[in-house]
Amino acid sequence: MRVGLIHSIIRKEEKLLLDEFRSRPGVEVATIDDREIVFNLHKNNYSFDVVIERCVNHSRAVHAIKVFEDFGIPTVNTYQVAKICGSKFLTTQAIIKAGIRTPRCYLAFTPESALAAMDELGYPCVIKPNTGSWGRLLSKINDRDAAEAILEHKEVLGSYHHSIFYIQEYMEKRGKDIRSFVVGANCICAIYRHSEHWITNTARGGRASNCPVTGELHDISVRAAQAVGGGVVAIDVFETPEGLSINEVNYTMEFRNSIDTTGVNIPAKVVDYVLKVGKR
Amino acid sequence: MAECPVCGAEFKLVDGAEKGEIITCNDCGSELEVTGKDSVQEAPQEEEDWGE
Repeated sequence: MRVGLIHSIIRKEEKLLLDEFRSRPGVEVATIDDREIVFNLHKNNYSFDVVIERCVNHSRAVHAIKVFEDFGIPTVNTYQVAKICGSKFLTTQAIIKAGIRTPRCYLAFTPESALAAMDELGYPCVIKPNTGSWGRLLSKINDRDAAEAILEHKEVLGSYHHSIFYIQEYMEKRGKDIRSFVVGANCICAIYRHSEHWITNTARGGRASNCPVTGELHDISVRAAQAVGGGVVAIDVFETPEGLSINEVNYTMEFRNSIDTTGVNIPAKVVDYVLKVGKR
Repeated sequence: MAECPVCGAEFKLVDGAEKGEIITCNDCGSELEVTGKDSVQEAPQEEEDWGE
């Protein structure tokens, strides 16, 4: 089987995946650097049985996946999954539509309407860029004064992307939240992300510890994954008095801090899934 | 030998280093990208749409 792995830089995750692919008999893996690739949109020059997307740039990832899909090459993840997960708005819409618990969320298009949304949602609340990751540019808005300041800064300094105001209920995490990993129809493992800061992303210094995959966590994680189109995804989950609640779904998941922590060989599970997709 | 473009330190890349792999200079701590058997460049700076 011929596997294409599209990437930008090679991080620990890509290295582990490449090593895993190369250890499998009958599998040939080729790396595709998204900085060098030129697609002739009229002609498929690729003979891959499956392509796994591992770009660090969201914009490159969605475009490249779309090209491969349109050439008839199966991809992990699919264009639909990348498109939805790359937008916090589309992800929230998919989660709501699937009837899965998620923090209350508002969308607004002007600073004035965003302020009205925050007043209605109540303080503190959180404003996030619609596309973004690693906890970048998240703002916890503690009161109306802070709201006005942040909105003015976004209006004056922000790019087009910051003119869509995605505003979410602030969830009290009590020092931790959950990151669960879904591959196909299974939640294969999960970690707690601990931090004294309200942003718990491990990219921002959050500490990982093993989180047992309970029936509830397995169920809500798989349902959230399926809501965005399935595949290989990492899900951010809040523990609330009402039960688990889905925050975000990530489609190019990072897992370097979660292999030893959970004892689960995540790259092996991902490779199993990719090879299964390639055989279809 | 590869040379760190930031501090000039010389070092040997580990066997199996991938083109595009991100490594850290042991001398100055800079993030570097492997570009060839014995060559590195400064790693690209984080962009707005980088992430998971």
